[in-house]
Amino acid sequence: MRRYFGRKLLVYGLTFFVAVTINWMVPRFMPGDPISSMVARAGASNPAAAETMRAYYTELFGLDQPIWQQYLNFWAALFQGDFGISIWAFPSPVSEVILGAVPYTLALMIPAVLLSWVVGNWFGAFAARRKALDNAVLPVGYVLTAMPYMWLAVLLAWGLGVVAGIFPVAGGYSFSMRPNWSWDFILDLLHHWTLPFASLFLVALGGWAIGMRNMIIYELESDYSNYLSALGAPQRLIRRYAFRNAVLPQITGLALQLGVLVAGALVTEIVFSYPGLGSLILKAIQNQDFFLLQGTFLFIVLGVLIANFIIDIVYVVVDPRTRAGMAGAQA
Amino acid sequence: MSLRVNDLKVYYKTLKGEVKALDGVSFEVGDGEILGLAGESGCGKTTLAKSLIRMDGRMRHTGGTVELDGEELPIGDDRRMNAFRFHRVSLVPQYSMSALNPTRKIGKMVTELLRSRGVTPDAGKLRGRLDAVGLPHEVLDRYPIELSGGMKQRMVMVVSTLLDPSLLIADEITSALDVSTQKAVAGALAGFRDDGLVKSMIFVTHDLSLTYQIADTIMIMYAGRLAEKAPAKEIIEAPRHPYTRLLINSLPEVGVRYAERKLAGIAGSPPSLLNPPKGCRFRDRCPLAFGQCEQEPPVVEVAPNHSVACWKA
Amino acid sequence: MTALQEVPAQDAAAPAAVRREALHFALRNGKLVTGLAIVLLLLLLGLLGPVLIGGTPNAYGTQPMQPPSGEHWFGTTTFGQDVFTQFVHGLRTTFAVGVLGGGIAAVIGMLVGFVAGYRGGLVDEALNMLTNIVLVIPTLAVLLIINAYLGVRSVGAQALFIGLTSWPWAARAIRAQTFSLRTRDFVDLARLSGASTWRIITREIAPNMSSYLFMTFILLFGGSILIASSLDFIGLGPTEGISLGLMLQNANQWSAMQLGMWWWFIPPGAGITAVVGALYVANVGLDEVFNPKLRET
Repeated sequence: MRRYFGRKLLVYGLTFFVAVTINWMVPRFMPGDPISSMVARAGASNPAAAETMRAYYTELFGLDQPIWQQYLNFWAALFQGDFGISIWAFPSPVSEVILGAVPYTLALMIPAVLLSWVVGNWFGAFAARRKALDNAVLPVGYVLTAMPYMWLAVLLAWGLGVVAGIFPVAGGYSFSMRPNWSWDFILDLLHHWTLPFASLFLVALGGWAIGMRNMIIYELESDYSNYLSALGAPQRLIRRYAFRNAVLPQITGLALQLGVLVAGALVTEIVFSYPGLGSLILKAIQNQDFFLLQGTFLFIVLGVLIANFIIDIVYVVVDPRTRAGMAGAQA
Repeated sequence: MSLRVNDLKVYYKTLKGEVKALDGVSFEVGDGEILGLAGESGCGKTTLAKSLIRMDGRMRHTGGTVELDGEELPIGDDRRMNAFRFHRVSLVPQYSMSALNPTRKIGKMVTELLRSRGVTPDAGKLRGRLDAVGLPHEVLDRYPIELSGGMKQRMVMVVSTLLDPSLLIADEITSALDVSTQKAVAGALAGFRDDGLVKSMIFVTHDLSLTYQIADTIMIMYAGRLAEKAPAKEIIEAPRHPYTRLLINSLPEVGVRYAERKLAGIAGSPPSLLNPPKGCRFRDRCPLAFGQCEQEPPVVEVAPNHSVACWKA
Repeated sequence: MTALQEVPAQDAAAPAAVRREALHFALRNGKLVTGLAIVLLLLLLGLLGPVLIGGTPNAYGTQPMQPPSGEHWFGTTTFGQDVFTQFVHGLRTTFAVGVLGGGIAAVIGMLVGFVAGYRGGLVDEALNMLTNIVLVIPTLAVLLIINAYLGVRSVGAQALFIGLTSWPWAARAIRAQTFSLRTRDFVDLARLSGASTWRIITREIAPNMSSYLFMTFILLFGGSILIASSLDFIGLGPTEGISLGLMLQNANQWSAMQLGMWWWFIPPGAGITAVVGALYVANVGLDEVFNPKLRET
């Protein structure tokens, strides 16, 4: 058990290290000296920001210091939770801007990911080796999983928002409202949340359904299924076993798909101008706000790593073989 | 008479047409009898074993009947056949190493299997069976991955025979085991019969010497047909069919295991069963072939309980 | 007799016969034929369309916001650009990114997978660690950072970075396959006869999983197209030219949806979905051709 988690944590630790290093390196070693051009550009539109930035750079990065010192400084600042100052939302610190957006992204992603996983697995398992259903689920699944996330988002927004007028197509809540804890506001939040959630959910659903369908077919062909059939066990029992065993690789698949799902959430938010990290990234890019962009990058990496670790724990709880092997190793 | 197979024909659907894997085989297995079934790969022995319990999707019951204890087995009808499986006909598969669901504790799996077949699990009986094959009771609380190969093999044997079936089919169960385990497993199977847990048994193998050790009767198949069937001792000591003789001669010595590929000692290869030749199917490889072999040799009882399909026998 | 083999006889079967059988199933596999047909059709459109139509995809026209008509098959944008011209040019870019990005990822994935799987030991440990790290880093986030700092972004650079970040799952899968092949007789034989590692990998191992490698490439191809379209949509697409993702971005940026200009955002998304979906479906077909267990009975 300790060895298993030790290894995982080592990978995650190294991943974080690599991510931070990329974050530090890219602005420094990209052609065209982006930092000075960034300061210059900011100076044109917002002189006060440029001044603060220049001071910030000199203090934090000390561009005249040796490279390794700059690198260490970068880490030191990171551990103090200092991601710099946002230009777009000047003079808010980047961490504050990001923390304001994170709840929206999580509120979109967590339900969409979990529900699409559960429902997709259920559909896939149900369709496998049932000809008529399979012929319906499979093509729909492939179309959904081949769709760019933003395109389904645009289609839903256009069809159900612009044309039918049932749902709003922009923002996290109505412009006329101020965030508060009234029922009106919560309903308004839900109203704005529905379409982005639905589009994220639907695209992800296709992939899970197909994955589960293929895994179940594989499990139904396996030796233990054949043995149970030979002993006359009902299909119900065999399918239950197959499902249980097929879910395990789907859990691993969830970990592997996290990156894609995050990407999907980001572009979906952009379509709906949903005030999460995706819209933040768009603003950062449009305003050349590199601090904000880099801070968001680290937050996303951190979030994905934490999610990975949670999935690892779930896997150990669900797969008896990992525990059995561990018990043996300890004895 | 426990099992009576009459002119059984089972064909495979393939792209190129029907492969006549089992083409008119008749035999009987008596109460308390162990029938050893031997032959080269593709002779139809595995097809026969599968037909008696569960056909796969490509197999088709084309003709003939199977009777178990005087009742006809609906082998071509998967649904109706289900009533017989496990209760009356059971299987120890080739793949015992992976026959148990890897994510269920063995005891729980057995309970669920029994319940699904409408049987109330009897813990005492199960423990007794474990004792009989020398498995500790705590295997029931283990996952298959925690058992050794030999333990898994014995566990599967216990599960398969739990409902005291009339007919047990053991399909190439020893091919994955080492020599000493093979003998132990074969011995344990014979023990099931001796204790009356199974009435009769078909022991399918390509290992003639192992068959000889536990079978009462040995049946040799060739190209989807019966070649020779006789009491074990008689078939080894006085084989009548030229194919049986070649098979036995290709053994280094009875009691020593041989690898299947040594059967290449018989020149040539079995005919295609897509379009099997008329007459005796062994004709092209037979050293004794003559004109009459163009006609199909009938299965003739040449001595008590000794049947041969050869004009020269 | 092929249906009857009780022991796997892969090694003995003549390769020509196997190939003939594969072709037989391939031509009768609806999924494979349909998928490939769609991909080829769109590929032809992307290759020949720009030549036949001519014109520059981003040129402003005199008739803005026109719905589809005989003159403008897919209508025009707010700036009078012809959507169909953009579409065929965009298809070309999309295929280029798929081939390049998928190709680079496939090459890296194969190298890492083969070497890790064949050599084992410390090399395997190290490569495995590398694979796992690249695997858990969210690809799009890395691409965002890199592309944001690139002043000029080209299709080639986009494909290169996509290839550099999307190989890990392929490496993992190929490593597992190699692992199971390396203990086979014919590999042992090659090793005993003194063949070099490189030779064994290219002559013995790779040909024996060629169908698998091809399917891996197809999936990487589709994946690259989707990643590229997301990048384009966020605003980090190629700075010159047009792609299906950029068309979607333009449509979104200039409120095509709110203005009811459905002809602006439907074709590019449908194009991406068709290419990627057809690739995936063809891949399932291939899988059924090469893996008899999956064939419907």
